[in-house]
Amino acid sequence: MAAVEELAETVASSIDTSGEPIIRISGMHKWYGDFHVLKDINLTVQPRERIVVCGPSGSGKSTMIRCINRLEEHQQGDIVVDGIEMTGNLKNIDAVRSEVGMVFQHFNLFPHMSILDNCTYGPIWVRHMPKREAEERAMHFLERVRIPEQALKFPGQLSGGQQQRVAIARSLCMDPKIMLFDEPTSALDPEMINEVLGTMVELAETEMTMICVTHEMGFARTVADRVIFMDAGQIIEENKPNEFFSNPQHERTQLFLSQILH
Amino acid sequence: MSSQDQAVQSYAPGEHPDLPAPMLTSGPLFWIKENLASSWLNITLTVITALFLFVVIPPLLNWAFLDAVYVAADRNECRELGSGACWAFVSERFTFFVYAFYPSGERWRVDLAFIMLILALVPLLYDKTPYRGYGLIYACLYPFIAYWLLLGGFFGLEEVETHAFGGIMLNMVIGITGIACSLPLGILLALGRQSEMPVVRMLCVVFIEFFRGVPLITILFVASTMLSYFLPPGSEFDLLLRVLIMVTLFSAAYLAEVIRGGLQAIPKGQFEASDSMGLKYWQSMRLIVLPQALKISIPGIVNSFIGLFKDTTLVLIIGLLDLLGLGKSALADAKWTGLSNEIYLSVAVFFFICCFSMSRYSLYLERKLETGHER
Repeated sequence: MAAVEELAETVASSIDTSGEPIIRISGMHKWYGDFHVLKDINLTVQPRERIVVCGPSGSGKSTMIRCINRLEEHQQGDIVVDGIEMTGNLKNIDAVRSEVGMVFQHFNLFPHMSILDNCTYGPIWVRHMPKREAEERAMHFLERVRIPEQALKFPGQLSGGQQQRVAIARSLCMDPKIMLFDEPTSALDPEMINEVLGTMVELAETEMTMICVTHEMGFARTVADRVIFMDAGQIIEENKPNEFFSNPQHERTQLFLSQILH
Repeated sequence: MSSQDQAVQSYAPGEHPDLPAPMLTSGPLFWIKENLASSWLNITLTVITALFLFVVIPPLLNWAFLDAVYVAADRNECRELGSGACWAFVSERFTFFVYAFYPSGERWRVDLAFIMLILALVPLLYDKTPYRGYGLIYACLYPFIAYWLLLGGFFGLEEVETHAFGGIMLNMVIGITGIACSLPLGILLALGRQSEMPVVRMLCVVFIEFFRGVPLITILFVASTMLSYFLPPGSEFDLLLRVLIMVTLFSAAYLAEVIRGGLQAIPKGQFEASDSMGLKYWQSMRLIVLPQALKISIPGIVNSFIGLFKDTTLVLIIGLLDLLGLGKSALADAKWTGLSNEIYLSVAVFFFICCFSMSRYSLYLERKLETGHER
């Protein structure tokens, strides 16, 4: 545990808080019809920062990170990702999406193509990479998530944990600057949660910028530079993980933590 | 070790071997017991069915094959030679049923077009065809080659008017053109109906609802008569071409709805995953969404194709003589009166073979595209 904390410390100190943030969200609001889901979200993320977003269900965590690559549209405020302002401009949206990888709760692999094709289609069609190079790249990342032997199978033949690791490899093949994780372990059997978390921890060690919506507090404790707590569409509290867990400031946070930590 | 011992033997946890299934829980005897004789009701039905087949099949075989006459000069000779079907009539008219009024010296062009069609279909339908890339290019060129072969008029081929088209050849021309053109149009209409652009969506909805809401016969009448009122006077617009366009549009409207069903079955996550990879709209449709949506829609699409192929007989109503039309007119021949069974049965067999092969191919395709469990 001490070693992990040390790692967290060194990584935290390596983050340059003075430089240009890679994501800047300011005064962002979102409505679903008349329902106000996100209220005045302000968040800046520095390059290489690892952020865990937690909170009760329906608090707007997923919606917030989905706004970052515009799977959801926000109605007010600004989102700037890697210097690109998110507006209705399709060019900007495509530019941001190719820089931001996303891992979903239900994996969302393409069931009609092999694992290898799942990993190569993005680089080939979006980055115009030659097929051979894309395949080498895909195999490299499949090895990193430790399932290169499954490359020619179809998603339906893999277990949930393996599918989620493929989904991570698929995102990495696009060489993203930011990775978004939307409850990546919530749909998995307990046995498989650890293999996916392990992959995510390894990824965190490569200094990737990560935003993870998750209920895995152990993961938050060991990996996150910052933990953000959301409730009812607002960011209630954000802090370093140690502080967040040992000394939550807000009453709502204390209640939430007392319910999920036994 | 006897089976008695095996039944009582206990194994260490995790060591239990796979044992053979007990008697009558697998194999052919089990199948008979399960499917033909599982209950008294089932046994009764089995016996009744067997009796029915025994009564019906032998006379039918006698009529169609054993007592049938294959060569004769006219109906009376047929009757003298045998009591069964008079296939002599059908074989005498066979070339007429295939080529109809196509000039007899030019019929090799129809044959060639048909052989080339088969060659174009092979790479299109089987993805393991050697040199498939070239095959597909050829398949794309085929419609133009076929147009030139059948109509002629340039590059040294004598021109043949479309009035001369008829019989099986006409059914094939309408059916295949309709199928080949309506699928891409149907896909575009289905995507248009799902579009976020309101004008595109509305145009597609109006088009689809119009063509689905009007009987094909009405549309064919419009094609044969009313269109000439709208076109500038004196402009010649081939009747067959008008029929082809109308049949294509009609079938495309149906296909669009079938494919829309497939599109709606694709989970939202697939769109989100392809969006978040940065794939553009047409890329994500072509690579991710349509392959899955079309696979789901195969039974419905083939259903529409079969319907379209059978509907080609409706051109009879506007005076084009397809196979059914020729058969019907052949019945008026005084030499061969009263042979409608033979004629209609032959027509039915032709359509059945075509439609049944389409149906089989769709099953083959569904099995081939099966990639394990869904998601």
